[in-house]
Amino acid sequence: MKKLINDPLKVADELLDGLVEAYDGDCKKVGVRSIVKTEIPSNKVSLLIGGGAGHEPIYHGLVGTNLADGAACGDIFAAPPPDIVLEATEAVNTGNGVLYLYGNYAGDVMNFDIGAELSSDDGIDVKTVLITDDVCSAPHESKDNRRGIAGLVIIVKIAGAASQTADNLEELERIAKMAVLHTRSVGVSMSPGSIPATGKPTFDIDEELIGLGMGIHGEPGVSEIPMTTADDLTPKMLDLIFEDFENDSDIECLSEGDEILLLVNSLGATTMMECLICLRRAKMYLKDKGVVVYDTIVGPFVTCQEMSGISFSITKLNDELKQYWDLPCESVCYTKL
Amino acid sequence: MGKESLDAKEAVEMMKHVASVIIESEPILTDADRNLGDGDHGLGMERGMNAVINKLAESEAHEVSDVFKMTGMAMMSSMGGASGALFGTLFRNGGKALEGEEKFDSKGLHSFLESANDGVKSRGGAVPGDKTMIDALEPASIRAGEVSELPLCESIKIVALSANEGKNNSKEMVATMGRAKTLGEKSVGHPDAGACSVAIIIQAMSDFINT
Repeated sequence: MKKLINDPLKVADELLDGLVEAYDGDCKKVGVRSIVKTEIPSNKVSLLIGGGAGHEPIYHGLVGTNLADGAACGDIFAAPPPDIVLEATEAVNTGNGVLYLYGNYAGDVMNFDIGAELSSDDGIDVKTVLITDDVCSAPHESKDNRRGIAGLVIIVKIAGAASQTADNLEELERIAKMAVLHTRSVGVSMSPGSIPATGKPTFDIDEELIGLGMGIHGEPGVSEIPMTTADDLTPKMLDLIFEDFENDSDIECLSEGDEILLLVNSLGATTMMECLICLRRAKMYLKDKGVVVYDTIVGPFVTCQEMSGISFSITKLNDELKQYWDLPCESVCYTKL
Repeated sequence: MGKESLDAKEAVEMMKHVASVIIESEPILTDADRNLGDGDHGLGMERGMNAVINKLAESEAHEVSDVFKMTGMAMMSSMGGASGALFGTLFRNGGKALEGEEKFDSKGLHSFLESANDGVKSRGGAVPGDKTMIDALEPASIRAGEVSELPLCESIKIVALSANEGKNNSKEMVATMGRAKTLGEKSVGHPDAGACSVAIIIQAMSDFINT
């Protein structure tokens, strides 16, 4: 793999230095490996995100105006250790509490939990909401065990907007949980990414197969199916999202007239051309179902190096979520006018 | 002649010895993890233990609890991922149970292992039989309670044997946690890498105490 890097052990640090440059002064690096907004309004409830590096432009690219206040960044594909979570928490804290919002992966949960304990030892009020949008990673009865994938872009956007006006930490927690409940994703993978330091693939998959529901690190999904066309694959993926809304009694199913957000995400190597071809088929599918797409987002947001694959995320909107979605935002990862 | 207890300075020397043994064991741990996980456990433990050596060299430990807490913090900060959190918790929780104690003796060993085991279980959610580090840590903790009337140099030998036996028993278990769980039945036949590390750590403590 031809990769434009320098010292393989400094990849995470150097990409964060570059990210700060891309922010042109809106964000700064704090401590060992945290990205924090240059100006955080006093007394706001703070939103902290984070996770391993190597999946750019998330997570640290979602720090910005009306988005997250900061991100605790780990090494490549590794959770940030607790002292980085602590330094990021201290940097974003205004005294009104900090909400941790990140993808549900064992390493992240353990390290953020210890970070939360260290922060509360310092008198900072912390609450956590886990992002669990990947419907293929666990059945709906145990949906709290699901992993977080591309739906996190929508969830962080909504929570970031809500954090601008939330009166207290509990209020922000409530809205973030609502965004998680209303957002479901299905992904496929066609070929692995590589580990920057070693060049080794992150997982193996047969050339002729697609991993339906496979996770962004190669975690097993629903099944492996033969390689197929965009128009054949797209409805299969959207069916899984619709079935999940239907089966889960905690939320009403997607029905005619419902307004949704639709996110088409590339995992890195899958091109915009392919994403747009899939988007075209997705819109036909949604039109047939009578569902109204309120906003469409397409591009590489949650990636894994040169992994090829795609995911669809759907957020079922209500008045409250829509109001937070409408607020403009700006960051390296996602900007909405 | 073996020691009946350790003071803070001796505990620092013990942990330096443990760290160097783990660093030497990197190839064994890497192999163990390659069979079941992503093969990064050996390198992670090596990185963690190098950080422990640096931390113990630059900071002063006033009591034995500090030695273990510093070990835990150094591992957590340097390793990242799930294993950094779990081994960090092992030493940090174990150390907390020794606060106020001037000496590390057989009763201290029991308190340390019991609190370490509780901490790791609640952090990671594993129970005995899940093919994790708990399968070496829990039998060691229980055995330490049974032999806490013996001098430390005797009790630690017995406890190290229990940890090793627990590690060996993990070979026959089916993994249900972490990356290895995707292997299911295929995980049988190999010991868990985290359990290997626990067994090596306790054996190295025993060797230091008995020299």
